[in-house]
Amino acid sequence: MLTIKNLHAEVEGKQILKGINLEIGKGEMHAIMGPNGSGKSSLASVLAGRENYTVTEGEVWFNGKNLLDMSPEDRAREGVFLAFQYPVEIPGVSNLNFLKTALNEIRTYKGLPALEGREFLKLTKEKQQLVDFNANLMNRSLNEGFSGGEKKRNEIFQLAMLDPQLAILDETDSGLDIDALRIVSNGVNKLRDAEKSFVVITHYQRLLEYIVPDFVHVLYNGRIIKTGTKELALELEERGYDWLKEELHLKESV
Amino acid sequence: MTAGTQRHSPFEIQIISNIMTSDITMPFYQAITEDVNALSAQVSPAQDELQCIRREALDRFSALGLPTLKTEAWRYTNIQRFLKEYPYELLTAAATVPASVTEKAAIPQLDCYRIVLVNGHLQADISELPAGKGITIGALSAHTQAPGFVNWFNKQPHLSGESLAALNTALFADGLYIELAANAVIDKPVHIVNVYTSGTHAFIQPRHLWVLNRNAAATVIESTIHPDTNTVAFANSVLETVIEENAELWHYNIQQGNENFREVHTTAAQQHANSRYHHFNFTLPGTPFTRNNLSVALNGSYTETNLNGLYIADKSQHVDNHTYMDHIMPNCNSNELYKGVLLDSANGVFTGRILVHQEAQKTNAFQQNNNLLLGNKADINSQPQLEIYADDVKCSHGFTAGQFSEESMFYLRSRGIGEDAAKALMVNAFSHDITNEVKIPALQHYLQEQIAAIMNN
Repeated sequence: MLTIKNLHAEVEGKQILKGINLEIGKGEMHAIMGPNGSGKSSLASVLAGRENYTVTEGEVWFNGKNLLDMSPEDRAREGVFLAFQYPVEIPGVSNLNFLKTALNEIRTYKGLPALEGREFLKLTKEKQQLVDFNANLMNRSLNEGFSGGEKKRNEIFQLAMLDPQLAILDETDSGLDIDALRIVSNGVNKLRDAEKSFVVITHYQRLLEYIVPDFVHVLYNGRIIKTGTKELALELEERGYDWLKEELHLKESV
Repeated sequence: MTAGTQRHSPFEIQIISNIMTSDITMPFYQAITEDVNALSAQVSPAQDELQCIRREALDRFSALGLPTLKTEAWRYTNIQRFLKEYPYELLTAAATVPASVTEKAAIPQLDCYRIVLVNGHLQADISELPAGKGITIGALSAHTQAPGFVNWFNKQPHLSGESLAALNTALFADGLYIELAANAVIDKPVHIVNVYTSGTHAFIQPRHLWVLNRNAAATVIESTIHPDTNTVAFANSVLETVIEENAELWHYNIQQGNENFREVHTTAAQQHANSRYHHFNFTLPGTPFTRNNLSVALNGSYTETNLNGLYIADKSQHVDNHTYMDHIMPNCNSNELYKGVLLDSANGVFTGRILVHQEAQKTNAFQQNNNLLLGNKADINSQPQLEIYADDVKCSHGFTAGQFSEESMFYLRSRGIGEDAAKALMVNAFSHDITNEVKIPALQHYLQEQIAAIMNN
């Protein structure tokens, strides 16, 4: 579904991604871990099309289409979703109106008719229950005055509504207490199916106790230095990242 | 009050006959710049007090002259350029329009009294006037003996320095008179539809006076329609409002003309003790030139004043909001928020003058002007003017001009919302601080729809 080949990217003249290779298949759950500053969030940003990043080398293919040629909105319409690490507050834009606009823009792109008010509300209600999102927040301004947990839950709710093929969760667990983490994880697990793929970016293994990945990748210094299964996450939790860094330096010095 | 009786009031006949006998084919700009005598012929010799007021105003106008770019209050607005554009003729005669013309201004789901003014003249047959104890409402010309007129007409000191207001006083034809007796309340909003129409390029000067006596309350919404496509109208309107002790006025002004309309709109309000005044001004795309003079004199203590403005301008539209909060008495609160969205090569001007007199201790006066500059050639000139002579006050002002937050735009686009739709959502959000204060749901919805329609265009 997603193929990343030798991806290099820079921001403000600084090289952040230095040759990422990653293959994500249908229905797979990938976790990307790594120390701070390793390039995890930058990878998410580049995939979603954030404009201050410049791709200097490499390719990204999504369902056979060149993702890097597309505007951020077209990537979303093709089925890429980024759950933000820091969701933006937009006073004056109601959550409901925002979602309706987004959903209908995506539907129009796919040649589907816009959802009528009633159908939209029905879908909203269904997805709210699925991911346990507080209905009272629906009529409020987008993320305005939401707690950290509410913002992250709103990201998962949007994910449920927009139903992408590939969801990238950028440190969705950061700043969440254990109850909120459980709710968010439950939401994600309910959305998992054979068609949908996930990339879960996290600093902590904790999240992976709730969302069990098929693959775990370690990102360090702009490159994936190790790939394993969920056991790798446990090992990282126990041993930290230093042993991997050492292993890497040994390899590089050879 | 019917249209028929208005036309036969002595006041009306005087004006109409003058016009018939004087030379009105002279372009108005020429008349007001070169030949005050030509205008003078339209003001008959002093017979009554109103004629004395007119004569005095004309003298004041000829002494002041038209504003130039050297006139401090008109530094960024070249009114003469707009007055010279077309050979306007002074228009004072009444006209009528079919009711269908006013439909364009209808606000869906709004339960209101709709009043139609054509070139300032009340068109009674398609107006619904509120009735009830203590409510007087009708043509200004028919109420020159009413107590509110006698006590308050042309009594706003803020009008005296404005030459265009003086010109209006000298030559106005008619307008809407509202007087609410003590404790009178109009049960529904009054929606005034100002229609401007003429067979020639016309200079039109409506004059209104609204007086709310003690404890009275009203909500007034104004819309503007200019249906003509072949002729251009320039309106120079003046509204005086008096809000007596503990009275409350909500006033919404929606400016949405077409490209054949230009406007100088002067509102002078005075508030007395414990009164509340909420003024909203919405200037939307359409009219190439708009200048709003809004002044509030606080003649009593413990008043509340909210001035809210939203201007969205496109093409080469020029929108100038000139506001003046005059804190004369102590313990008053004023809050002013003007927000602007300037598209294309639109030009915005905002002046916020706050004068706090030495006696006006414990004043709270806040002012904010925020702008989104979205057009490559759009610009804004914003100047706060705070003059504070009291020492125990809280006053602040702020100004911003900027573009959309990139992070917000990216967030919306990352959800599949295209750039234009994202901008429309953001402009709606930017306007939210103002539209959210609109307390009539139907009007709030209407304004939000108008804003969305502008941005989706």
